[in-house]
Amino acid sequence: MSILFSFFAVIALVVAAYAGVKIANLQFLFGVIIPYIAIALFILGFIYRVLKWGSSPVPFRIPTTCGQQKSLPWLKQNKIENPSSTAGVIIRMALEVLLFRSLFRNLKTQLRDGKLVYGEAKWLWLAGLAFHWSFLIIFVRHFRLFLQNTPSFIKTIEGLDSFLQVGVPLLYMTDVVLLGTVTYLFLRRVFIPQVKYMSLAADYFPLFLILGITASGVLMRYFYKVHIVGVKELAMGLVSLNPVIPQGIGVIFYIHLFLISILLAYFPLSKLMHMGGVFLSPTRNMANNSRMVRHINPWNYPVHVHTYEEYENDFRKKMKKAGIPVEKE
Amino acid sequence: MATKFTAKPDELSKIDYKPPKKGWLDTPAEFKEHTFCWGAKAKNLNIVEFPNARDWSPAEEDWKLPENWQEIVLEGIKDRLGKYRSFKLFMDICVRCGACADKCHFFIGGGDPKNMPVLRAELLRSIYRKYFTASGKMLGKIAGARELTLDVLKEIWYYYYQCTECRRCSVFCPYGIDQAEITMVGRELMNLLGLNTDWISAPVANCYMKGNHLGLEPHTIINSMEFFLDDIETITGIKIKPTFNRKGAEILFVTPSGDLFADPGTYTAMGYLMLFHELGLDYTWSTYASEGGNFGLFTSNEMAKRLNAKIYAEAKRLGVKWIIGGECGHMWRVVNQYMDTWNGPADFLEEPVSPITGTIFENAKSTKMVHIAEFTADLIKNGKLKLDPGRNNHLKVTWHDSCNTARGMGILDEPRYVLRNVCNHFHEMPEDTIREKTFCCGSGTGLNASENMDLRMRGGFPRANAVKYVRNNYGVNMLANICAIDRATLKASMEYWVPDVSVCGLHELVGNALVMTGEKERTQDLRLEPLPEKEAKE
Amino acid sequence: MKIYNGGKILLGLIIFGALFASPFYLNMGKVSAKPELKIDTPEIQKLEDKKCVEPKEFMRAEHMQILNSWRDAVVRNGDREQIIISGHKYEKSLQNGCMKCHSNKKDFCDKCHNYMAVKPYCWDCHIAPKEKKS
Repeated sequence: MSILFSFFAVIALVVAAYAGVKIANLQFLFGVIIPYIAIALFILGFIYRVLKWGSSPVPFRIPTTCGQQKSLPWLKQNKIENPSSTAGVIIRMALEVLLFRSLFRNLKTQLRDGKLVYGEAKWLWLAGLAFHWSFLIIFVRHFRLFLQNTPSFIKTIEGLDSFLQVGVPLLYMTDVVLLGTVTYLFLRRVFIPQVKYMSLAADYFPLFLILGITASGVLMRYFYKVHIVGVKELAMGLVSLNPVIPQGIGVIFYIHLFLISILLAYFPLSKLMHMGGVFLSPTRNMANNSRMVRHINPWNYPVHVHTYEEYENDFRKKMKKAGIPVEKE
Repeated sequence: MATKFTAKPDELSKIDYKPPKKGWLDTPAEFKEHTFCWGAKAKNLNIVEFPNARDWSPAEEDWKLPENWQEIVLEGIKDRLGKYRSFKLFMDICVRCGACADKCHFFIGGGDPKNMPVLRAELLRSIYRKYFTASGKMLGKIAGARELTLDVLKEIWYYYYQCTECRRCSVFCPYGIDQAEITMVGRELMNLLGLNTDWISAPVANCYMKGNHLGLEPHTIINSMEFFLDDIETITGIKIKPTFNRKGAEILFVTPSGDLFADPGTYTAMGYLMLFHELGLDYTWSTYASEGGNFGLFTSNEMAKRLNAKIYAEAKRLGVKWIIGGECGHMWRVVNQYMDTWNGPADFLEEPVSPITGTIFENAKSTKMVHIAEFTADLIKNGKLKLDPGRNNHLKVTWHDSCNTARGMGILDEPRYVLRNVCNHFHEMPEDTIREKTFCCGSGTGLNASENMDLRMRGGFPRANAVKYVRNNYGVNMLANICAIDRATLKASMEYWVPDVSVCGLHELVGNALVMTGEKERTQDLRLEPLPEKEAKE
Repeated sequence: MKIYNGGKILLGLIIFGALFASPFYLNMGKVSAKPELKIDTPEIQKLEDKKCVEPKEFMRAEHMQILNSWRDAVVRNGDREQIIISGHKYEKSLQNGCMKCHSNKKDFCDKCHNYMAVKPYCWDCHIAPKEKKS
């Protein structure tokens, strides 16, 4: 049910954009007003969510240690997986954010003839990594639409992404990878029983949304071409706060833009906030040095304890009889 | 209702991983026999001034909850969201990728989908969404949100006492989401309603009043120690005289009380006594701080702090310079990650320096507490111990990394170094089941009761399976570790799954191998069993 | 609202904002001119019926496809059949066809390509015609 709900939600969004532009001629609404609202919701919402996390302290130093601790000088510490210094933490976080280190560890546990076996399980890692990197590269590539003079590094990325020189306009590898990985991420939710069991509409919806965005983008670039100069005019108008609606862009662009607007607005409300959250995860971004440096809990408060004095009062007789020294004879 | 747990290993190891057709949001928990612990007793909750103290049973329909229990739970969630960034973040950012699913020993051994860490967390997340997020309030079930009903409360209770806070899921999570953190909060919420278990609340009450979980009173500690000392004398001919509550000693030694009570922990305690005696260490035991473990940790942050406070307080009262801690798993999670923050700064102590080797334990310069495996490894490295590993030749040993010391500290190679020096036959279990990927014994966090054997044996299955592998391939017959709960629970788990493998602490093997000044020729190991080659000679 | 580890979080948010809002401040105060193409070369002026091989909208979107199919037709299949529109013959050729009329690469091709940061690989092999000063 959650699959269908998410699927039809995205279809409804596509239809809304199509009808809005094609029938009702609401180009200004879909090309200017909604994108502005979406961008504002995204940036402000993102900041709000991160600040909300920030408003809760990290009372204890709780890194998940995944290697040998720092102890005796002749024992080799795993300085990255069990960091005791800031440098180690930075490397650990970089590996986590850029290469999905933890997911790389993934195993498949299987029961065969009453025995457990642990197999390699790198597909999720590979697909996840390829998905995120493709998404990032595509996002960065789009900056050619937002800057009057496209910086050379974006041109370089664009050149590398299309270096296979397949077709005209040149095929971007990331487009193919993104379509493929989103499909994979969807299919595994459907076909792995456990993953299906845990999946919510909130898991399918972003997948369908991203699939819709990618598909409309691919269609627009390779099949139903739009007036691309007009697209840049519109984009430049948005970012220079001088919105214009050029004529004859093509409705598929408005569908693409509307789905992106929905993604931006939905982002801070959803699990997609893992983008910011991963940086704040206390089990990864802290050094395991709490025996060396005292960690302070801002809300540490005095607690009621059973003091030694009370203890001795309870047992003084027995202690004395057993020859245990006491404070009060 | 207490029938005996009779399921055979081959029945239990037939595991169905197929999730039910009906979604988890609408499937209430079924309280299966032998999978949960008895409810806490009123008297034990009263001792530590906990709310809603009354005798209750999870198996009964009526849990005797206060009228406004819902309000209490929701207030409790709100309070903790503000106190723990971990909790708030982990409620928000899970993408349900499922990487954690088959990493949990309870899921692997039982197949219940709600034991996948992600779903266990979702049980609480669904409440969080309903009452604390806009999308959950608006979209309800579509957003995975649901009302906090009595069934849901019972479900959370049931599954949050089927998590041992072992953090294995957190190793594999791309965001480091740690179910242990969520379980800790979940259990705190349960304790706001007096929903603790007897097996946790009784040790907590004992520890609070008498200094240790087992409720050993000061004279009893000395009495049980006398047995060990007699045995040591029988084995070595040496009479050891440890001191208790002695002011002015250089070092305070704290170890879990389990080591003083039941074998095989007691053999480990004998190992400590022999080692310290041989070194001539100026140290003392304490009857007040006679517990290294901390069942408070399985109750609430505050309770854990209240129990832990005794260690520093006693160190201060006795005027020692620093502290050595014995072999215990969650004790060391507490020492490493909580103690100094709760009850420090320990500025009345000195930076630990081994009086034997002069080594400065820099990694403990703030807590001033050194792990005995660190202490012993340093002794061996500096050649301060005379060891005869041949005395452990009858043992083919494998090493179990305890979850807390592996994933909440990272003490992995110290014990291995000691192990390699005190025995000749050491075989590692498969690499996906050791070090940071180690499996829990299956009965940690106060689940080591006797009424939940089905759960315990299922939880212990992955660990036992790896032990079985090294037993079949290398003839391993001894499972060594540095955790008191392991020594108690793995014994049962091995008897069930791999009956010919015994369990021991690291310092039992040290005690066996340690050549003591003036000892007689040994013919027995610490278990008073004949040493094999000596037997052959006779 | 007190923020814990505020410095680091703020730094992260500044980086986030700086990246995502960059188009807004990078374009601040800059005039964005859309490309105006010149189709007034002497050759075009000479034409009686000023028509390209396809309508303007189609050419704008699909010119690269046309060039591609011409290349395939001419180079691979040897099909050099000319295209005749209103009696005027057009070569299936970039240099001898398109660029014959649109001899002003700088004011025609490059205008949009530069604006859109597109780098067609035509000129990897072909030599651009010399610009005639009009």
